[in-house]
Amino acid sequence: MRIQSKQNFWSGVMFVFLGLFFAGFAVDYQMGTAAKMGPGYFPFWLGVILAILGAIIGISGLSPKAEPTEIPKFNLKTTGVILGNVVLFGILLRPLGVYVSSFLLVLLSSMASHEFKWKTAIINGICLVIAVHFIFIVGLGLIFPLWPSFLGLN
Amino acid sequence: MEVLEHLALGFETALSFQNIIYAFLGCLIGTLVGVLPGLGPVPTIAMLLPITYALPPVAGLIMLAGIYYGAQYGGSTTAILVNLPGETSAVVTCLDGYQMARNGRAGQALAIAAIGSFFAGCVGTLLIAAFAPPLAEVAFQFGPAEYFSLMCLGLVGAVVLASGSLVKAICMILLGLLIGMVGTDVNSGVARFSFGIPELTDGIDFAAVAMGVFGFSEIINNVEQKEEREVFLDKIGHLYPTWPDLKEAAPAIIRGTAIGSALGILPGGGAVMSSFASYTVEKKLAKDPSSFGKGNIRGVAGPESANNAGSQTSFIPLLTLGIPGNAIMALMVGAMTIHNIQPGPQVMTSNPDLFWGLIVSMWIGNLMLVILNLPLIGIWVKLLKVPYPILFPAILLICSIGVYTLNYNVFDIWMTAAFGLIGYTWSKLKCEGAPLLLGLVLGPMMEENFRRALLLSRGDFTTFVTRPLSATLLVIAVILVLIVASPAIRKKREETFVED
Repeated sequence: MRIQSKQNFWSGVMFVFLGLFFAGFAVDYQMGTAAKMGPGYFPFWLGVILAILGAIIGISGLSPKAEPTEIPKFNLKTTGVILGNVVLFGILLRPLGVYVSSFLLVLLSSMASHEFKWKTAIINGICLVIAVHFIFIVGLGLIFPLWPSFLGLN
Repeated sequence: MEVLEHLALGFETALSFQNIIYAFLGCLIGTLVGVLPGLGPVPTIAMLLPITYALPPVAGLIMLAGIYYGAQYGGSTTAILVNLPGETSAVVTCLDGYQMARNGRAGQALAIAAIGSFFAGCVGTLLIAAFAPPLAEVAFQFGPAEYFSLMCLGLVGAVVLASGSLVKAICMILLGLLIGMVGTDVNSGVARFSFGIPELTDGIDFAAVAMGVFGFSEIINNVEQKEEREVFLDKIGHLYPTWPDLKEAAPAIIRGTAIGSALGILPGGGAVMSSFASYTVEKKLAKDPSSFGKGNIRGVAGPESANNAGSQTSFIPLLTLGIPGNAIMALMVGAMTIHNIQPGPQVMTSNPDLFWGLIVSMWIGNLMLVILNLPLIGIWVKLLKVPYPILFPAILLICSIGVYTLNYNVFDIWMTAAFGLIGYTWSKLKCEGAPLLLGLVLGPMMEENFRRALLLSRGDFTTFVTRPLSATLLVIAVILVLIVASPAIRKKREETFVED
């Protein structure tokens, strides 16, 4: 069988899975009755409805009458570079401090672009670190670990 | 005249030095993100939300509101000059605005967009001042059943706004509601769906979801595209529209304002829907519909007035009922709760300075925006030349720092990255994020009222239809669904935009 609308079919699959996931875990919490609902009641029924609607979307994606759609290719490199660096920023923020980790985030995430140039990225990084200093630390008075913790300056 | 007294209080608050500065800042940032394609008001407000924590509540809300309607002004600039919607609500402005620019009338297009927006902004502000107090009176009669039904109506409204499949949008709402369930249940104290992760017992922060789904995934989508922007910057022409232009545009401005004001009040409405509706109406009413899409000034004046009117009046359900009508208003709820202000009809009596100050600041903000957008247009044009490879790392950085300062916890940064990946997947599957965000914010409120309503009725589900107010709201919701689902309307809606 050919999947006519790939977008709809896989969205449907996702909704069914997520619906069952939430409903399945909601069963673990007390259900209660309509008059005295437990914590499981509302999420359970939401999950069930989501799964049913998801099934409808998924099945309609199989119908030969559905508008044919393809799922555009995932760009794993771009996604990986951008989100990976955000995750890395989270890891480095405490040990390295906000200045160094901000600079690294800007420099490394710039590589995701087709037009990456070392010089531009480094200058951009320096400018943004200065901007962060003046906006967030001086201007708004937010508290960050500033310098790498091994320097003992914080 | 009570209204005058209220407005006087509003002026007193809004004209304080600090509040003027923040209104200006909001308008400036709003124009900025409106002008820059690929950065909209939703991630911007989400990004700046934690920052407003440090501000007094009035100043914070004034600034955030300024970002929202400022983005409507800025979005039109990009639409006219680059044929790219800087902002979703400016999509239809591209159609005729860019054509006007190609005919050498960019200046007139920009001017008429600004004049229309200003007129609509003034009317919108007056409408809020006039209608908010009586509506809040009605809201005091609302019980839990009515609140639940109203939220259903709001969510249905959000579905109308989604451009794609109806069922998919409903699924995204349900998913949003479910994500909203994560965290400690207020009634029983049970930590739901937290899987032993301590950070999850406080729930998933909607700023993290908004920034991930709207900010990060948008960046990935923009970076992976290689297309070049064709910028129309050489010749803007003179900025003053001729008298015949004004006369031609005036009826469209008035109609656009009326449409925008009406649709903005509806839950789920707001800037985007208003501009689309106005364009459709202008085209229907035109003597020569074929001139649309070829640089008809009414095709710019109508939608631009409508989106600004809609963005103003969408504050009405928020300020009177405490119900956010769209994703931006959902963020405003977040901003209010940060400051321990429970949005709802009581705001008007408990924080009158905030309420009226916010309203008056919108009018002042609109005035600032005309100045920011017309004489200073050259600055924004220069900004359009900033290459994206320089821009996006800056957005990433500000988002990451912003989300960290929510709770000073790096876990939130990872959560945002995760939602970035999820949002990217959704964009490939054509599942829209806006309904999800609304569901996420309304989730806990909705469950609370659902439980309370059934507790009061001793488990009798008919309580939602036997109470007249609640029944009316549900009937409107059902009618809305039927209208959107009806094949005739569906076809018409598609036709209007496909041929352009």
